Amino acid sequence: MSRYKEMAVISEQQEISPGIFSLWLETKEIAGEAKAGQFLSLYSGDESRLLPRPISICEIDREGNAVRLVYRVAGKGTQEFSGKRPGEFLDVVGPLGNGFPLLPKKAFVIGGGIGIPPMVQLARELDGEKQIVLGYRDGDLFLKEEMEAFGPVFCATEDGSRGTRGNVLDAIRENGLDAEVIYACGPTPMLRAIKEFAREREMECYLSLEERMACGIGACLACVCKSMDVDHHTYVKNKRVCAEGPVFKAEEVDLSPWISQTDKKEGRS
Amino acid sequence: MRNTKVNLAGVELKNPVMTASGTFGSGAEYSEFADLGGLGAVVTKGVAREPWPGNPAPRIAETRGGMLNAIGLQNPGIEVFRKRDIPFLKKYDTKIIVNVCGKTVEDYCQVVEELGDEPVDLLEINVSCPNVKEGGIAFGQNPKALEAITREVKRHARQPIIMKLSPNVTDIGDMARAARDGGADVLSLINTLTGMKIDIHRRTFAIANKTAGLSGPAIKPVALRMVYQAAQAVELPIIGMGGIENGGDAMEFILAGATAVAVGTATFRNPLAAWDTARGIVEYMEKYGISDIKDLIGAVK
Repeated sequence: MSRYKEMAVISEQQEISPGIFSLWLETKEIAGEAKAGQFLSLYSGDESRLLPRPISICEIDREGNAVRLVYRVAGKGTQEFSGKRPGEFLDVVGPLGNGFPLLPKKAFVIGGGIGIPPMVQLARELDGEKQIVLGYRDGDLFLKEEMEAFGPVFCATEDGSRGTRGNVLDAIRENGLDAEVIYACGPTPMLRAIKEFAREREMECYLSLEERMACGIGACLACVCKSMDVDHHTYVKNKRVCAEGPVFKAEEVDLSPWISQTDKKEGRS
Repeated sequence: MRNTKVNLAGVELKNPVMTASGTFGSGAEYSEFADLGGLGAVVTKGVAREPWPGNPAPRIAETRGGMLNAIGLQNPGIEVFRKRDIPFLKKYDTKIIVNVCGKTVEDYCQVVEELGDEPVDLLEINVSCPNVKEGGIAFGQNPKALEAITREVKRHARQPIIMKLSPNVTDIGDMARAARDGGADVLSLINTLTGMKIDIHRRTFAIANKTAGLSGPAIKPVALRMVYQAAQAVELPIIGMGGIENGGDAMEFILAGATAVAVGTATFRNPLAAWDTARGIVEYMEKYGISDIKDLIGAVK
């Protein structure tokens, strides 16, 4: 596994939905090495913004040496990226993280909100039977049509405007779906519910987590999550989302909220 | 041929650039990007007697021109560190500086003793971490406590000791003198400045620990002033750090009185920042016809 620091050329940039952008980058080495579920660190051109923005890989064109990122504008860094045009450069490091294992089993491919993009490449690469379940806030169903090329797609919207009213698990129940393995990326409350769903049904389950990162390569220990077992880096119960993750087996991670020292002392939880 | 060698308490560095503790792990991750042998020294993340789990997440936040961190010194403890990290670093032609942390004076002394027979060149004693409840900065904000722990650690150390000073003090000169009086061989400064950020949308602290250490270019003028003051206060060699991103920044610290410099947060923005800084120093020397970097240490009075 290698990672590269490159000046990648933007070949395409498009706002596919309000505030959500699709970006194709031509890379030298990164695309050839990248796997579904990995991410890139994108560096700002503004020197006052020090930290790279970790963005998951949505699609990989290995022959064409290009990767696609689909990201939401969440602050000044992503806003800057969204203003870049074809022909301009982006300073990137990658591919980073472990990626999803590709198992020959009937699969749920579940994405919630801005957790949907990494599931596109995964859905493409999974050979077996798969059902794609996507959760959205409202009826703005970005990437849904593209996902339909890889298997049946079921949607849930919080406002009930399209598909099942509720969350991805409501959509699974309403449509009477079943599978042997779950792959999921999305907000932590969704992942927590999926973890419990998988445990009850004794299903194999892989979750892609998110945490604030600094180095992105495993050196700074900023982006840790709680793990059930002692990890092999620090030998405590913390795993690095950027290095051991972002994809974890569900039973490997503890998704309950952190309780800080201060909270303990003050009797809060 | 430009001479970039500098000397810290009898240890000769091929160039004045090292990594700042906590930003570089033990070098393994960054060794994929460049040869660690291109750096004067690698300074490891703090290591304690036992594994420390660190603080809850979120542990970091970006600020304008800087960042806040409250990692809380997560580390695997000295046993794993000796078996895994030191043999790894030994493969490279660079000096090894181990950052040591603890909750009690005895903790520091035990770690320092266990490192006595290891191929480690210098020990950096972390008495300035603002993000742990015990130890850390508790020893670094009171001159008497600093002098006492320095003396005790020095008694147990086989390698020269660097006392890493906190900027969160009233008079850095007093702290520099206290470390010297305790027997410090070298000083390093500054550790991070205690700061805070609030998320107004969620109405919470941006960092789970509430307070966190500010680093990055935003703190460089403060760091530079403190390095200058420490250099005025004591004769000891100083490792200057705080916001250094390139050769020009490093030269400011050297001219203010630093013998060596450390690159920290800049590595997150550019994994090659430390190497670029070393090259930038040589370019500066070439531009101004400087044959020996030592001639410029503290040249601005």
